[in-house]
Amino acid sequence: MTSTLAVQHRPGTSFVASTRAELLRLRKWPALWVLIAVWLLLTLLFGYVFDYIGYRTGGSSTINEGVPPELLLADLLPAAIPETALSGLPMFGGAIMMILGALTAGSGYSWGTWKTVFTQGPSRASAFGGALTAVAIAVVGIMVVTMLLEFAAATTITVLESEPLIWPSALDVVRTFGGGLLISGMWAAAGIFVGTLTRSPALAVGLGLVWALAVENLLRGVANVLQQLEVVTDVLPGTAAGSLAGAMGASAMGDGDGTPGVLTILDGGPAAALLGIYLVVFAALATWVAVRRDVT
Amino acid sequence: MCAQADSGKDAGMDETIVVTDHLTKKYGTHVAVDGVSLTVRRGEVYGFLGPNGAGKTTTLRMLLGLIRPTSGSAAVLGHAPGRPGATARTGALIEGPGFYPYLSGRDNLRVMARYNGATEEAVDAALERVDLKTRGNDPFRSYSQGMKQRLGVGAALLGDPELLVLDEPTNGLDPAGVVEMRRLILDLSARGQTVLLSSHLLSEVQAICDRVGVISDGSLITESTVAEIRGTSSLFVRAEPVDVALAVAMRVAGDDAAQLIDGGGLRLDVDATAAPDIVRALVEADADVHEIRTLERSLEDVFFEITTTKEL
Repeated sequence: MTSTLAVQHRPGTSFVASTRAELLRLRKWPALWVLIAVWLLLTLLFGYVFDYIGYRTGGSSTINEGVPPELLLADLLPAAIPETALSGLPMFGGAIMMILGALTAGSGYSWGTWKTVFTQGPSRASAFGGALTAVAIAVVGIMVVTMLLEFAAATTITVLESEPLIWPSALDVVRTFGGGLLISGMWAAAGIFVGTLTRSPALAVGLGLVWALAVENLLRGVANVLQQLEVVTDVLPGTAAGSLAGAMGASAMGDGDGTPGVLTILDGGPAAALLGIYLVVFAALATWVAVRRDVT
Repeated sequence: MCAQADSGKDAGMDETIVVTDHLTKKYGTHVAVDGVSLTVRRGEVYGFLGPNGAGKTTTLRMLLGLIRPTSGSAAVLGHAPGRPGATARTGALIEGPGFYPYLSGRDNLRVMARYNGATEEAVDAALERVDLKTRGNDPFRSYSQGMKQRLGVGAALLGDPELLVLDEPTNGLDPAGVVEMRRLILDLSARGQTVLLSSHLLSEVQAICDRVGVISDGSLITESTVAEIRGTSSLFVRAEPVDVALAVAMRVAGDDAAQLIDGGGLRLDVDATAAPDIVRALVEADADVHEIRTLERSLEDVFFEITTTKEL
């Protein structure tokens, strides 16, 4: 018999091998780089460029209307990063992470690549776990680049305005980074879950976006009238994400100059705990479905 | 031609590496696979033969652990289907190739090699074996159907698997590609690898398989060697005068064993060893013998005979 196997498929080595395989295909996926570019552009434009132009020209928009210029500038300096960095995540960043998750999981079914992967040797749990880990690594990378971009933009504005360079405390930066990871990770896991469930990237992206951008907001609107519904709306994924950003200091939607998606419904601790629970539950459910269900 | 002619692989042929026991898959009330019990022996090329929709792909998916049987059981290389002990030693191409369209053929195989534990050298070797080395850096989405199919076989070869499960491997290939694929399968068999392939093309199975399982409407109708399934041969005789020849043939072979067929020839359902006796009797009866040869039933004839008998 000629057969010799280069690697014995033990669970640990299979999981690492699967993660490396998925990282290779993610790294070469144009869709991933397009999503990252869009997210960074949105962060730069809505976080710094528009506000800075408003500050310099004395104009105002619906976003910063009525905000005194000195406060507008203070929000654009490095010291404000822990408060402002998460502003765009609950809604826009979350939507992009959800698209990333939904495309990663859903496309595998439409391309037939899960079928090919599941016959390569690693168990389904190892293979799917490797894909989840690869997406998690991508999310960590995106958050690192986002923070670096924020620091670069804030520092540039500080230099341009000849303001004193005051850095935020390392602890605050770490807390913000952790909060950003929780929000991004939760939405990415939600996308992977919906992508796995629907087995269709288009349907998963569509349903995910409708949920994140419309349904949750509508339900919270209904809960203002029908208060019994608050029990449910207070613990929705978007509520938790928005509340964590709000608790970190991002301006909430109802504050006049607030950012869409940022809320003050939950305190930081419960919001973070809820996000962690959603992240684990979405990832676990997606894995369970991928492992149990027939691949046709 | 038969793959069995090659090599010293026969020694391991008694070892059964795929066994199914009343494997059944139902979708609602529709029974896609109905109690299939088959065996594949080490080193053989096993042809899983049946028309489209007969249940071939569903059975193969169950053997790879992609779908769960409703009832019955299966063992592949001594493990339950889909367990790493089975899939790590099995290469598969099921119902068309599934690859990342934006990656090149080479990168697709590199990704699968990482999952599989195969080396980068194995990727180049696989591309070479399926004749895609020069196009390996082109995106998968730019490949023709035949090239995609060949890449699928290339992925199945990664890791030098003991068992290859190939679902309609010649789909989409041009005639030269079909010949090349057959040659590749025979080569794999000669090296001792076991091949389980499905096909609705009888000529394909007949050309390269040691044993055949015939499936129709989800049920395995028969499982045997190609020679056994094709059964005994018959003789074709063309002699004149025809009426004399027919009378002699009926006397020698028996009334029911001789029949006149199109073109004025006779078909005699007797073993080929009876040919000298037939010729001698014809000559003694003053008949002129123009032609006598062995008629072998094609698998196609047998297949339709089997499925028709079952329906009746």
